[in-house]
Amino acid sequence: MTVELLLQTLLSGILFGLVYALVAIGLTLIFGVMDIVNFAHGEFLMFGMYAAFWAFALWGLDPIVTLPLTTLLLFAVGVAVYRLVIRRITDAPMLSQIFATFGLMIFFRGLAQYLWKPDFRSVDHTIVAGKVAFAGLQFGLPQVVAAGGAVLTTAAVWAFLRFTRLGAALEATAADKEAAALMGIDAQKMFALAWGIGAACAGVAGALLATYYPIFPEVGSTFILVAFVLVALGGFGSVVGAFWAGILVGIVEVMGGFLWDPAYKMVLVLSLYLIVVWFRPQGLMGKA
Amino acid sequence: MRRGGTALALLGLAAAVAFPLLTTRVTWQNAAILMMMTAQLGVAWNILGGYAGQVSLGHAAFFGAGAYVSTLLSVKLGVSPWLGMGAGAVVAAGLGVLVGTPCFRLKGHYFAMATIAVGEIVQALVNGSDALGGAVGFNLPLGETGFWGFVFNRSKLPYYYIALGLLLATVGVNWIVNRSHVGYYLRAIKDEPDAARSLGVSLTRYKMIAMILSAGLTAMGGTLYAQKELFIDPGSTLSTSLSIKIALVAILGGAGTLWGPVLGAVVLTAIEEATRIAFGGTGRGTDLVVYGALLVVIAVFQPSGIAGLFTRRAPRPPAPPEPEARFP
Repeated sequence: MTVELLLQTLLSGILFGLVYALVAIGLTLIFGVMDIVNFAHGEFLMFGMYAAFWAFALWGLDPIVTLPLTTLLLFAVGVAVYRLVIRRITDAPMLSQIFATFGLMIFFRGLAQYLWKPDFRSVDHTIVAGKVAFAGLQFGLPQVVAAGGAVLTTAAVWAFLRFTRLGAALEATAADKEAAALMGIDAQKMFALAWGIGAACAGVAGALLATYYPIFPEVGSTFILVAFVLVALGGFGSVVGAFWAGILVGIVEVMGGFLWDPAYKMVLVLSLYLIVVWFRPQGLMGKA
Repeated sequence: MRRGGTALALLGLAAAVAFPLLTTRVTWQNAAILMMMTAQLGVAWNILGGYAGQVSLGHAAFFGAGAYVSTLLSVKLGVSPWLGMGAGAVVAAGLGVLVGTPCFRLKGHYFAMATIAVGEIVQALVNGSDALGGAVGFNLPLGETGFWGFVFNRSKLPYYYIALGLLLATVGVNWIVNRSHVGYYLRAIKDEPDAARSLGVSLTRYKMIAMILSAGLTAMGGTLYAQKELFIDPGSTLSTSLSIKIALVAILGGAGTLWGPVLGAVVLTAIEEATRIAFGGTGRGTDLVVYGALLVVIAVFQPSGIAGLFTRRAPRPPAPPEPEARFP
């Protein structure tokens, strides 16, 4: 095996891992603020992909061009899901929360099948088509752009939480609902915001993926599993943890497929996760 | 159990025994078998997920263990699936111990996520293994060879009564666990883990007992499924959506109650079949839209499960007195 090939594989793993991380960041944000695991999160990604696809198929607009619109659209979807469903189960037992978001997942998949048929679709000739060569290595431009977009979005979310008043209010609600409420922070607004941002992150990931990944109603299922792993691996509620976990899982997945057998790459990823939580039940960066 | 409850249970049992004699429609009999098989899985899940409060979303691994062990034994070695059912239960219980040892250290969502991972690992391993049939799975021989062969073509009735028997046995195990000291410990572990530990209850030991019973019984349901369908593959017996469905049945009915999962299975199967018959067949997912929407509506408006409708509401505690001094 040559060094170039190894490096090529490693870097493409990181490129994909960064997109994984963006999906997981939305999930972990929602969990951190509300203690709810959203089984329908992969469907936000799916809606992001379809939004990009239809803008392209109907009006010839590139997924990269419509990215801001997709972001806004998915933010609205996230807030709507919170207002219509999640708001009513905020204090319900964990079991009925699982029940509700799982029902949402089936509903959204069914809806996508009903509206857009179960066919596989793709966005041909996007403006980011092509390859980039770099130090003797070659990567697909869509993959590089998607990874770059994912990093920028992740950084934006991180900066929002770290440096803005609204972000601080969100983090305060995540840390202690009652104390935050006493400081005059409206928990309902924060929950809605978390769902909006969470769905928007998945939507951005979806729109970026739409430039090179097939689009179909069940596409979310692949990503939700990895996103769960990242959230638990990085620590429930930790945005930074999910980011590093994404890179780690991206590398493990692609190296596992490369050195062992692609059929078992998920076995490696999931085993890694189980081993980590065996030693650190709170995940890599979660609070104990 | 209250006297009314016992009477209701006996009435239900009599109806279940007599049902196939009242209708000869194969569709109805099939739906009833499906309901009882689903109920059995929910009841088995309930021991771990309901009483002990350890929410497993990986029970398909145990179900698949039952289906695969009995199938492999009968296809490759000619062992009767009845013996295979026992072997599958033992293998699943062993797998349960293997899963429980690391995972019982995890709480709440962490445990649930870890069990999803275990289920997915088992599915991926079977999918990639040629010896285990890979993604293609196994066809079981169709020939009827008497009771020990566990294949019945002429009539659905044997499957009906086997499913009923297995369901009753599983409910029986639940009832015994619920009544015994194990049940008290499990509820203590679920509601007050720290208090239970300080009183000397070994949390891991009792969770493990619940796991072994739950996994073993789920595997027996897996064998029954394999013998009824005569075809198994990873998608139908090991998928995470099956794991979640098993949990949903118990949650819908009322986790931690004796009859809740049975009720849940009846309602969920009825909704599923009704939406499929009414809206399915178009291949456009209308049935999924209705089914998913109904699940959400139930979760929102009846969060404690259907069993919560029948239990009397606890009297509301007196309202706390208004604080004298308001927080400025």
